[in-house]
Amino acid sequence: MTFAITALVMTALVLLPLAVLVLRAASLGPQGFVAAAWTPRARAAYGVSLGAAVLAATVSAVLGLVVAWVLARIDFPGRRVLDALVDVPLALPTAVAGLVYSALYVEKGWLGHWLVPLGIQGAYSYLGIVLVLVFVSLPFAIRVVQPVIESLDRDTEEAARILGASRAQTFFRVVLPGILPAVVTGFALALARALGEYGSVVFISGNMPFKTEIAPVLIVSRLEEFAYAEATTIAVVLLAMSLTLLIVVNALQQRLARNAQ
Amino acid sequence: MSASQSRAPHASPAVSAALVAAAVGIVGLLIVVPLASVFFEAFAGGVAAWWTALAHDPDTRHAIWLSLTVAPVAVAINTVFGVAAAWLVARFRFPGRSLLISLFDVPFSVSPVVAGLALVLIFGRQGLLGPTLAWLDWKVIFSWPGLVLATTFVTLPLVVRELIPVMEAIGPEEEMAAVSLGASGWQVFWRVTLPNIRWALLHGIVLANARAMGEFGAVYVVSGHIAGATDTMPLRVEKLFQEYRTPASMAVASVLAGLALVTLVAKFVIERRLEAESRDLEAARSTAETPA
Repeated sequence: MTFAITALVMTALVLLPLAVLVLRAASLGPQGFVAAAWTPRARAAYGVSLGAAVLAATVSAVLGLVVAWVLARIDFPGRRVLDALVDVPLALPTAVAGLVYSALYVEKGWLGHWLVPLGIQGAYSYLGIVLVLVFVSLPFAIRVVQPVIESLDRDTEEAARILGASRAQTFFRVVLPGILPAVVTGFALALARALGEYGSVVFISGNMPFKTEIAPVLIVSRLEEFAYAEATTIAVVLLAMSLTLLIVVNALQQRLARNAQ
Repeated sequence: MSASQSRAPHASPAVSAALVAAAVGIVGLLIVVPLASVFFEAFAGGVAAWWTALAHDPDTRHAIWLSLTVAPVAVAINTVFGVAAAWLVARFRFPGRSLLISLFDVPFSVSPVVAGLALVLIFGRQGLLGPTLAWLDWKVIFSWPGLVLATTFVTLPLVVRELIPVMEAIGPEEEMAAVSLGASGWQVFWRVTLPNIRWALLHGIVLANARAMGEFGAVYVVSGHIAGATDTMPLRVEKLFQEYRTPASMAVASVLAGLALVTLVAKFVIERRLEAESRDLEAARSTAETPA
C-alpha cells in the first residue's frame, strides 16, 4: 500500500509530466529542437538566468558564511531572533518578496530614494534580479554551513593559535578547509533555487528581452502566445540545467555526510 | 550559549562585534526591511483602507477563498504521500531505493514554471489526456484541479524529507513489538508510528502549507489567471500590481506575509519539541545500553 501510493504519486505527478515534456521536445527532431531552443532571445535568456543565478549564489554563499559563523560561534543578545529571521525567505511567498523589493528600490522607495541618485538602479534592472535571488537563496547557504561550523573541533584552532598562527592564518589554513565542502554545497543549493525562480523576479526585472528576461519568464511569454513548441524546448534546456545541478548537489551532500563521520 | 563560546580562540571582542554587526546588517537589509515595509505600505492608508481593499473587492475575496481551499487539499495529498513514501524508504530495502530518495528532491530543483508547463502538456486541451478529459467534461488546466496538482508538485518533497530521518532514527523495534503482540497494520500505524513521528510530520505540514499558500510560478502557468475564478492570493498580488493598484496589492501581500510569520512561530515551537524528543530518544537509548 505504501509502495502503491508512492509509486502512483511519483509517476503521475513527477515522472510522467517530465517525461512528456522531454518527449514533446524530442518529437521536433534535433534540428527543430535547436531552431526553437537556440534562438538569439532564448540564448540571451539562458545567459541572464545563469549569470544572475551564479552571481546571486556567490553573494549568498559569502554573506551566508558570515551569518552562519555569527549564529554558530558568537553569543549576543538577539541571537535567537536573528536565527529565526533567517528562515523568513523560506516562508514568505516569492510574489510578496518581488513586490516589496521592487517597491523598496524604485526611485521613491525607502532604499531607492538613496540609491537611485547614486546611479544604483535596484528595480527593473539586472541588479534587481540578483537582489531577489539573493533573498530567496540566502537561507539555503546559511543552513548548510551553520551546523558544520557548530561541529568544528575548536581544539585544532586553539592549537594553531598556540603554535603561533595568526588569526587570519588559523582561519584560512585550519577553519576554511573544514567548512569549504559545506560552503560549496550551500552555493550549489542556492544556485539550484535561484536558477528556477520566477515569482519574485517577474516583479522586479522589468522583463526586457535580451537584457533582463530570464528563461522562466520567456517560457511563460511563449506560452501566452500559444507557442508551445518553443516554450517546451526552452523548458527542457532549463530542466537539463536543473537536473545536472541536482546530481552535483547530491554528490556534494554525500561527500559532506562522509566528512561528518 | 555556553561560557566556552566566549573563550573560543577567535573571540577577539572587536572582531566579534564587527561580525555581529555585519550579520545583523545583512539580515536587516535583505530580510527585515522588506518584511517591515510590506506591513508599512499595506497600512499606509489606514486600517480601514486596508480592510476595504481586502474585503470589498470580490476578486480579492475569491482569491483568498481559493488559496484557503487549494492549499489544504495539496497539503493533505502531501501528508498521505509523505507518510507512505517515508515508511517505504525507512523500513524497506529494495533495488532503486537511493534513486527514489533522489527523485523526491526533483520538484525542488525543477523550475515551478517548467513544472506547470509539464502539467499543461498532459492535462491541457492540446495535452496527452486532453481529448479524454474533454470527453469526460473534466477541466483540469485553467481550473481548480490544475491548481491543486501544481501546488502538490512544488510541495512534494517537504513532508517526506522531514519524516525519513526521524523514522530512520526511531527504528522499527517498537513497531515490530506491536506486531508480535498482535496489532494490525493500521493499529501499529495509529498507536505506534504516528505518535513517534507527530512533531516531524507537523513540521513538514507547516512548511508545505506555507509553500502551498505562496506558490506562484507553477500555479501561474496552469491557472490561466482568470480574476475571480482561478487567481490565488499570490496571483492576485501580481494582478493588482500590474493594474497599478499597489496599495491593494500590498494589502493582499500583507496577509501572506502575516501567514509567513505565523508559520515561522509555529516552526520555532515545533522545532523545540523535536529537539526535546530526539534528546529523550538518545537518553532512552543510553539507559537501555547500560546494564542495570
